Amino acid sequence: MANVLELQNVRKAFGAEVVLNNLSLQVPEHTATVLIGASGSGKSTLLRCINLLETIDDGQIFLDGSEITDPAIKVDDVRRKLGMVFQSFNLFPHKTVLENITLAPIKVQNKSEDEAREIATKLLSRFDLADKADQYPDRLSGGQQQRVAIIRSLAINPRLLLLDEITSALDPVLVNEVLSIVRDLKQDGMTMVLATHEMGFATQVADEVCFLESGNILERGSAEQVLKNPTNQKTQEFLKRVHQAGRL
Amino acid sequence: MSEIKSSAWSPSSRELERRALRRKLSRKQAIIAAVSSIFVLGSLAVVLITSPGWDVVKATFFDIEYGKEVFPTVVKGLWINLQLTFFGGIAIGVIAMGLALLRTTKSPALTPFRFLATAYVDIFRGAPLILIILLVGFGVPALRLQGVSSNVIVLGTIAVVLTYSAYVAEVIRSGILSIHPSQRAAARSLGLTSGQTMRFVVLPQALRRVVPPLLNDFVSLLKDTGLVSILGVTDAVRAAQINASRTFNYTAYVVAAILFLLITIPMTRYTDRAIRQRTQAQNSEGAI
Repeated sequence: MANVLELQNVRKAFGAEVVLNNLSLQVPEHTATVLIGASGSGKSTLLRCINLLETIDDGQIFLDGSEITDPAIKVDDVRRKLGMVFQSFNLFPHKTVLENITLAPIKVQNKSEDEAREIATKLLSRFDLADKADQYPDRLSGGQQQRVAIIRSLAINPRLLLLDEITSALDPVLVNEVLSIVRDLKQDGMTMVLATHEMGFATQVADEVCFLESGNILERGSAEQVLKNPTNQKTQEFLKRVHQAGRL
Repeated sequence: MSEIKSSAWSPSSRELERRALRRKLSRKQAIIAAVSSIFVLGSLAVVLITSPGWDVVKATFFDIEYGKEVFPTVVKGLWINLQLTFFGGIAIGVIAMGLALLRTTKSPALTPFRFLATAYVDIFRGAPLILIILLVGFGVPALRLQGVSSNVIVLGTIAVVLTYSAYVAEVIRSGILSIHPSQRAAARSLGLTSGQTMRFVVLPQALRRVVPPLLNDFVSLLKDTGLVSILGVTDAVRAAQINASRTFNYTAYVVAAILFLLITIPMTRYTDRAIRQRTQAQNSEGAI
């Protein structure tokens, strides 16, 4: 299987603090890579670097074999191949659900309004949100907002989906309605990189789990290996803490 | 939910008691409010009317017959203020938007313009409007440039536009800066360019947020157009002044003040309502 995404020796520091340290990662097509680790371990920064929202200090990132960390490349062209979903939803509050979803297809992909609306409506009905199309985001529950945010990123038909702790801002009852979408997408063969604290969910979808600590991948492998039989002491400690918090 | 019949519920005796008590309390509050209002306003009126100079003040400031007489000339002057506010307002909006965008851009090609925009805002926000009006009104015609208008209305408007563009640019800029970076990140991650992000995501939210301060500026603008009277423009203030200096009756000033208020107060009320309605449609807790 060809790698959709490949990171080679990526380094990123904010001032003196090294957030990603010589980090390498391969994400083959149709697979889900799950990043776990404590807050501040570099998960979000890694996703933001892939999306070029942050500039890396060293190393290379390849998307479908071509380098996207080349300064001469057009970042907007790269980003329209990537879908990103944020912890805090980041829906546009002045636009309706439908307008949130159709904005990028219309303005970025130059689709006609009808075409964009058709795509949006299809996705909304698939994920049981058809009746919310004309609502403003603040009238929706957190789970509904996050589902809309996922749909918004799907509407541009991304090559790779980046999910940054998408359930961390939700109350436990709403978590599952969001995660079930991600499970669906995984079934469809969507290639994904996701940061999460939901270990049960990670076990279900992950082809590879990476444990990040201070910008290094300390342990990687199948969910079975990393989550059930971790060999690294730091991974064991982290999972123990997660377990105590009732998330495993 | 509709299955539950509302007729099945009748308020308990405790609830009826509570309602009766609430009614009693609100009646009491209404009486207190009425009594205190009558007392305060009544005292003010008594102080005013019993003051030794009241008869003179009444004759020179509140002469209703004379007010009716000067009313048409003041209204005619006010029409100048309204035109000035309208056309000036449009020019201010356009220039201020340009300045605000220049000051918030990071494009390297626009760096010199960013500096110029900053200098412009510093100068025109910092200098008193009346000085700008005098400088433009008397300085520009003195240059005797070919094709440059020496019409005082035009020059007065230009002076007001120069100053207010700086004020309004700062208001718009603060609105742009108040939009959380995560909104920009979301838009950029969808592939929107920085220009598209500004136009479709940041600006619509920013402008909505600054409607109240912009309205303040608009009301101030209408009032400050009165300052162009120093150039000899016969606006409402100047019209009142001419009448007052002719007859030493200042009722014309009061007429002009009332006319300004008749426009500014409804304008403020209307916009407050519009903001409230829009906010309610969009979210549950204040302006986003």
